[in-house]
Amino acid sequence: MDVQAYIASGILELYVAGLLSEEQNLEVHGHALEHPEIMDEIEQIEAAVLALGKTISPGLPHNFEVIREIIDIQKETKVVELGKKDINWSWYIGWAASVLMAIGLVWMYAQNEGLKSQIQVVENEKQTLEEQINDANTSLEKSKELLNTIRDKNITVVPLGGQEVSPTSYAKAYWNKQEQKVFIDAKGLPEPPDGFVYQVWSLKLNPLTPTSMGLLEDFDLDENKIFALNNPNESEAFGITLEPAGGSESPTLEQLYTLGAVSS
Amino acid sequence: MNLDQLIKRFQNKDVTAFERLHGMYAENICGVINTIVRNDALAQEICQDVFIKVWNNAESYNPSKGRFFTWILNIARNAAIDQVRSKSYKNSKKNLSADYFVGILDHGSSTESKVDAIGLKKLVKNLKEKCIRVIELLYFKGYTQKEAAEELDIPVGTIKTRNRSCIAQLRKNLKL
Repeated sequence: MDVQAYIASGILELYVAGLLSEEQNLEVHGHALEHPEIMDEIEQIEAAVLALGKTISPGLPHNFEVIREIIDIQKETKVVELGKKDINWSWYIGWAASVLMAIGLVWMYAQNEGLKSQIQVVENEKQTLEEQINDANTSLEKSKELLNTIRDKNITVVPLGGQEVSPTSYAKAYWNKQEQKVFIDAKGLPEPPDGFVYQVWSLKLNPLTPTSMGLLEDFDLDENKIFALNNPNESEAFGITLEPAGGSESPTLEQLYTLGAVSS
Repeated sequence: MNLDQLIKRFQNKDVTAFERLHGMYAENICGVINTIVRNDALAQEICQDVFIKVWNNAESYNPSKGRFFTWILNIARNAAIDQVRSKSYKNSKKNLSADYFVGILDHGSSTESKVDAIGLKKLVKNLKEKCIRVIELLYFKGYTQKEAAEELDIPVGTIKTRNRSCIAQLRKNLKL
């Protein structure tokens, strides 16, 4: 290897400046160990740069004692330092801000949920009230209809009086012959015992021929106790008997509650 | 004791060895830092931190990868450049022109800088400006050859040879 040419190339100056690649550094180091001239050259370059730097130094007021002291303190506090981190304020502020924001969000969510449930309660109340109004309207409608029905000029009113089994019972039949309908007002009848049902009969008197018109189903559930039944018969009287659930083929006359004849 | 032994002892946390190395390099390293930050007090502060860092990272120096001086120089340059890039420094130095360290000569008397103006003058006399600039960029500011070539507007290939002849001139002056 031509040592002089190597020195003249300027690579050693760059080596001192720290501008070579890792590979080149290793190479220069190897050559320097091999050739004392190269090592000498490197040291002289370094000395020149050192000298230049020295002239522009701000006088170096820190003597080594300052450094020594810091090193000693570091040694003493090394164990303590493990727990003592640099306070990174932006880290803390950042986290604090996120936590605050999270709390704010949770609070707002809770508020929102509260309002929502209040709205829900009010909605439910409103719905209940609307239903009540609707029920009332329907009930009024029914009553009107009922009233209109029994006021119809084609209606024949047949009062049915209490019989032996239940002398205090009474009922009324509103018979619309044209429409072949009978409305039974059963308000005056006691509630039938369990397993029994009232059955309404159309009667022909001569000879006595009963024809079933139907049952007063769900008696206890019907509030106004008015039942509509079809009656295509030429009835001369109406009777109501208490029959076993499901009704009977022919009336059980011992259980005749009310009876009334159609006035001609 | 030669330098290699000294460095080895320093790497084994021998404070006395470190003191000697400090004596050899501290003044120079502080000077390099000052060429970057241009503030005597600040340069001293950074320089002190740099040597603490050197001590704490002693085991990371590998002799086969470069000169010990170069290693410290690198740490110092990085510390100084970090400082220059910091916001507080930028605010205080907004109007400072990017002139070269020889400019310190002109400002030296007015700012009562402790710069060794006489020594500097002696060293850089008959050193052409282009020499001073290339030395400053490569050694004190850590520019790569390519960056220095762009900064000085000369071909990359000439950086290496120009630097060599400039350092040669500097060495000659040093012997005077």
